[in-house]
Amino acid sequence: MKTDKMKQLAISENGFIFDPETGYSYNVNETGHAIFKLLQKGMDKEAIAEQVIAEFDISKDHFDNDYEHFIQMLEALDLVEED
Amino acid sequence: MKNPDLSSLDITIAVSGLKTGDNPQPGVAVIRSIRAAGFTGKIVGMVYDSMESGIFIDGLVDEVYQMPYPSTGADSFVSRIDYILTKTPIDVIIPTLDSEVILYIRMKQELLVRGIRTFLPDEEQFLLRDKIKLAQFFPEKGINIPQTVIVTDPAQIWNLRPTLEFPVIIKGRLYEAYKAHTPEEAVKYFYDIESKWGLPIIVQKIIQGDEFNIVIVGDGKGGTIGMVPQRKLVITDKGKGFGGVVVNNPALDEFARKVIGILKWQGPCELELIRGTDGVFYLIEINPRFPAWVRLAEGAGQNQPAAVVMLALEKEIEPLPPYQAGTMFIRHAEDIMSHISVMGEISTRGELIKHK
Repeated sequence: MKTDKMKQLAISENGFIFDPETGYSYNVNETGHAIFKLLQKGMDKEAIAEQVIAEFDISKDHFDNDYEHFIQMLEALDLVEED
Repeated sequence: MKNPDLSSLDITIAVSGLKTGDNPQPGVAVIRSIRAAGFTGKIVGMVYDSMESGIFIDGLVDEVYQMPYPSTGADSFVSRIDYILTKTPIDVIIPTLDSEVILYIRMKQELLVRGIRTFLPDEEQFLLRDKIKLAQFFPEKGINIPQTVIVTDPAQIWNLRPTLEFPVIIKGRLYEAYKAHTPEEAVKYFYDIESKWGLPIIVQKIIQGDEFNIVIVGDGKGGTIGMVPQRKLVITDKGKGFGGVVVNNPALDEFARKVIGILKWQGPCELELIRGTDGVFYLIEINPRFPAWVRLAEGAGQNQPAAVVMLALEKEIEPLPPYQAGTMFIRHAEDIMSHISVMGEISTRGELIKHK
């Protein structure tokens, strides 16, 4: 998955995301914020899972479901691309 | 330090287009930017209507003069300006309305003789950006324009298919644009627009995508002195942007620079364009004046109206700084209290001298 575009986005501590190229803005919740920041760092799913499961005390299944849904949303918004 | 800094300028600047409200004209925003550059000299408002709300704002304009409508021609304009010059000097005029810009371009020499300067394109540049010319001139220069048909007779609308599929945008040469879903609707808008703004009428393919507006000051040599692009965040039912955010999109900037480079545009203008879902930029319109949202440029670091004052005076200016993406504006309407006698003064005498 290509996350280059995400690296250009500005995200505030409260989860407000601004795309300076298009002018679009988005809101993410606390877990979305954490995943977003890790994706911006270029981390892969396994590394993200390790951190998010530990930080939010959730199961692997729970993470997998939410992560896939989140990535689908990012793809729909054209913020990430499939390899 | 302001850039440009107008605090030491002891001149008189005239600005038109003082109406705000639901379809605001740019004059009030232009004046506010000029004041924000430290200008403390006299500002003259040139109005067409005694109900232009900027007349009634405290501290905005020092004097107001009613102007003849542009349709009355250059002679009546010059006569009126000669009268105004018996009351106050004018050093710079910044026209802000589409319909009057051509008059000021044609009057350039007559104005110069009177000591009045402008910073506008020449007539050729102005005419090339006419809505009816865009589709003829720009595509061969590598600038995409939505498919366009110029109509002068409502019967032509019934023959638009298959060249153009509905819905389409139907718009006047100077003002107003509507989305027409059917030929019947298009014919209705044809007559609406014709009655207000005359012929021809422009019918254009709708491009799906992201719309951007860019305020630019061109240097007349193919370059830009300032450029600030925004995406509208709040759009009224008349299609007016009442909120927007400055974006930073290098491809957009490059497209805009190409347009200005082709035209060698001098002076302020607003580009309207769309990046289609295919990723291609399409030029929709070039408005030959500042837009009503020009304060966003000032807010983003480029005081373009102040720059135009300096350029009209042929004074050197520092390059305007890069704009700050993420700067946003939101338009706020407010009731102004005044007295009916103020309106009476401007509507009966055609002029109003305010005392500081």
